[in-house]
Amino acid sequence: MAEVELRVNGTSSRVQLDPRVSLLDALRERLRLTGTKKGCDQGACGACTVLVDGERILACLALAVQYGGREITTVEGLGRPGRLHPLQEAFIRFDGFQCGFCTSGQICSAVGMLAEHRAGVPSVVTPRLAATATPLSEAEIRERMSGNLCRCGAYDGIVDAIQHVAGVDDRAATAEPAADR
Amino acid sequence: MSTPTRTPAGAPSSVGGPGGRIGDDAQRPDGVLKVRGEFAYASDLWMDDMLWGVTLRSPHPYARIRSVDVGPALAVPGVHAVLTSDDVPGEKVYGLELADQPVLALDVVRYQGEPVALVAADHPDTARRAAARIVVDYDVWEPVTDARAALGHPTWNQVHDAPAAVTELSRESAHLHPHGNLVRHLKVRKGDPEPTADVVVVGEYEVGMQDQAFLGPESGLAVPGEDGGVDLYVATQWLHVDQRQICSALAMPPEKVRLTLAGVGGAFGGREDLSMHVHACLLALHTGKPVKMSYNREESFFGHVHRHPATMRYEHGATRDGDLVYVKAEIFLDGGAYASSTPAVVGNAGTMGLGPYVVPNVHVDCYGAYTNNPPCGAMRGFGSVQTAFAYEAQMDALAAELGMDPVELRCRNAMELGSETPTGQVVDSPAPVAELLRRLVAMPLPPEPATGDDVDLRHMPGGVSNTTHGEGVRRGVGYAVAYKNVAFSEGFDDYSTARVRLEVVGGEAVATVHTAAAEVGQGLVTVEQQIARTELGVDAVVVHPKDTAVGSAGSSSASRQTYVTGGAVKAACEAVRGRVLERARGLVGRPAGDLRLDGGKVVSDLEGVALPLADVLGDDAVEETVEWRHRPTQALDPDTGQGFAHVQYAFSAHRAVVDVDTELGLVKVVEMACTQDVGKAINPQAVVGQIQGGTAQGLGLAVMEEILVRDGRVQNPSFTDYLIPTVLDMPPMRIEVLEYADPHAPYGLRGVGEAPNISSGPAVLAAIRQATGLPLRRVPVRPEHLTGT
Repeated sequence: MAEVELRVNGTSSRVQLDPRVSLLDALRERLRLTGTKKGCDQGACGACTVLVDGERILACLALAVQYGGREITTVEGLGRPGRLHPLQEAFIRFDGFQCGFCTSGQICSAVGMLAEHRAGVPSVVTPRLAATATPLSEAEIRERMSGNLCRCGAYDGIVDAIQHVAGVDDRAATAEPAADR
Repeated sequence: MSTPTRTPAGAPSSVGGPGGRIGDDAQRPDGVLKVRGEFAYASDLWMDDMLWGVTLRSPHPYARIRSVDVGPALAVPGVHAVLTSDDVPGEKVYGLELADQPVLALDVVRYQGEPVALVAADHPDTARRAAARIVVDYDVWEPVTDARAALGHPTWNQVHDAPAAVTELSRESAHLHPHGNLVRHLKVRKGDPEPTADVVVVGEYEVGMQDQAFLGPESGLAVPGEDGGVDLYVATQWLHVDQRQICSALAMPPEKVRLTLAGVGGAFGGREDLSMHVHACLLALHTGKPVKMSYNREESFFGHVHRHPATMRYEHGATRDGDLVYVKAEIFLDGGAYASSTPAVVGNAGTMGLGPYVVPNVHVDCYGAYTNNPPCGAMRGFGSVQTAFAYEAQMDALAAELGMDPVELRCRNAMELGSETPTGQVVDSPAPVAELLRRLVAMPLPPEPATGDDVDLRHMPGGVSNTTHGEGVRRGVGYAVAYKNVAFSEGFDDYSTARVRLEVVGGEAVATVHTAAAEVGQGLVTVEQQIARTELGVDAVVVHPKDTAVGSAGSSSASRQTYVTGGAVKAACEAVRGRVLERARGLVGRPAGDLRLDGGKVVSDLEGVALPLADVLGDDAVEETVEWRHRPTQALDPDTGQGFAHVQYAFSAHRAVVDVDTELGLVKVVEMACTQDVGKAINPQAVVGQIQGGTAQGLGLAVMEEILVRDGRVQNPSFTDYLIPTVLDMPPMRIEVLEYADPHAPYGLRGVGEAPNISSGPAVLAAIRQATGLPLRRVPVRPEHLTGT
């Protein structure tokens, strides 16, 4: 057993863990933060996406002991009491889910994705890799969100919600230049 | 006639406002919980003293069990119970339509993954380790893996190279069940038995096994009750049919087996049958402790039924002018090891299997067979999905043979109000099949694919993997139409129960709606609120948790809940309203007919009297419980398949545009367009969501989704090997929703959920055929089908 300090959503907990325990199981079964979902437990569905120091990771592929002392944010840590995070609000408004099982992962992934984009991290569909700022087009959002499955097929609502929060006019953004590589 | 047009990009109309009535884009009552991660799915349930249950499953598709030794498992520290079929106190077999499936294996296992034993332990890993120590001695038999061979039918060589039927049935073990390998044979006979036609096209088709692939795995928590009964919190589609089967296995009366719906992470048919329900109850009753069971993804592939694989042979005859003269069809559905809902799926495939076309002479044989493949049952579209691939391919082949436009051929033969179906039923509500198609044709097409220097890799099949710069890429456009019965058919007593209460709480009028109808993500809870708000004129509507404390609502399947439970909620609201207005009549001295409920008040239209509900009700609550039925249907004639079997039909149509890299066999779906008649869109935003979701699952079956089964063994039980569409696979959609009221249905509505799942895939296939010129008789289409390699 290993002792690890898990800092989740601003709260620190010291827990004794088998070093083989995934961050996902530690969150769900030790800290009882069940907002993070286990859809496949092998990194294929994205339902367990959480943020570590602001970057998105798959909690099912992470060992909890690796993340001692890091700032972990789960869906429960987004927004404030009585006030939803703008993405949470937008997912409701644009009908970005049906059953909702993928939603925690989708929203955490979108939060991390928007931060990546703001930081100038390109994706494989980014037309000009050297550009400091590229528009967050619908194609960019789809590419960057493609690790999060939604079996209900609410993808259009998800993309609409993210575009709304990113403040991008989707119709204008799709008229971007062709790939130059 | 004017019809509303709604597109996915359309802004929601009632955002942030209170409530939402019939026809509004009302917000879901579970929305905030779901986006905050606070909605309790079945896999999130927890009790501090609970045990974890796991299932030991057969590794063999077909074997006799010589012995089971649970001793080594019981010896593992932390294990509280190990159970086998000997520990099932009641009926040892269960099933939706036929009780033929063992709760735990009896002497023979008939599919890979069949549950054999259960373990409860204080930690899930302990339970798994203990299960691995159970010693089962199997006498392994050769599995029966071909549906036609299982029934002794000769094989068709064109699409299938199964072993000869005679070989299969010559073995004694080739009969899976005492009553043989036939689950159901439906015959549909109409008109001239020996028709002739100017033009005849024949085709054989095959559809692979699709998985529902809901993201939330099978899970539940069973809690032993002080009365010796059990409370089960579970993700399901029909609480009361679960309860009936659990009671039978536990030998307990319904009052001792109480079910409550836990959060459901998608269903799509895969939660109609029992999974861990009885198992968790057995373990809880045996140990006296709460027991949680939650499947992992691999186990989930073995834990629920799948969509039936199908082999189909169709012969279409038409006049030179393009009028259908006859259709002959033979349809074989592989039901796998146990019956599940195969009889009803056969009913659908047989009666809906010619599509929404007028066919004067019909000869259909539809068979459901037992094999040692995974059990198959309900999945969205339920028998209509498989046949749509065949009948729409036939319509395109016939159009090509006649030199006609495929849409024109469809419109020429399309059903309409007053048409007679192949099963002799007169279509007595709008059937705008031709209009759905013509509206698709009128929609603009996406821009032609770029060529030469203008090629953008991101828009090519294969994308930025740099597999093509446009060479070998062909564009194709295809159309298909769906035809689906709504609600349960063939004389089934299909009803729902709603309990509605109206009271004043803290000065505000509050309605409470209590039904057992499963919310599986489709938004039924929103619809229940919208109906209550509309009928009772209040803003605050509480949806009571779904449980068996109220009567059955029937299944959340067959596109039926908005119709049937919606009808029940409406009727219960009307009963409550009648009593409230009767009370008000005495207070205001006006006839009840002049009074209505609005804004939490009783209003008189003639004099504008507005009486707060608090003055009418005081501290009383008015409550009514109503059991509501749609008009009855009839069983089909056993010899001819004729009869008033379906209460309502759903129609949708798709146009697919694809780009195919004919050298590498890669398909990119460029755009999907869909038109659907929904009678009345109770929640337009949710209707669009159903169309998008159904389209995605149909596209998935067309080009990527298949459970690969070899010698009865599943080859790909994971999301790395069973692929479902991602956000990148789904193209932009154009959607038009039509609202032609069905005069027989509440508010004129028509079931929505399944039709778009039916027309989507065949449209994609038609588009790929047009792009490639290949016949493509099997779905899902794989790259090697396109390249011939």
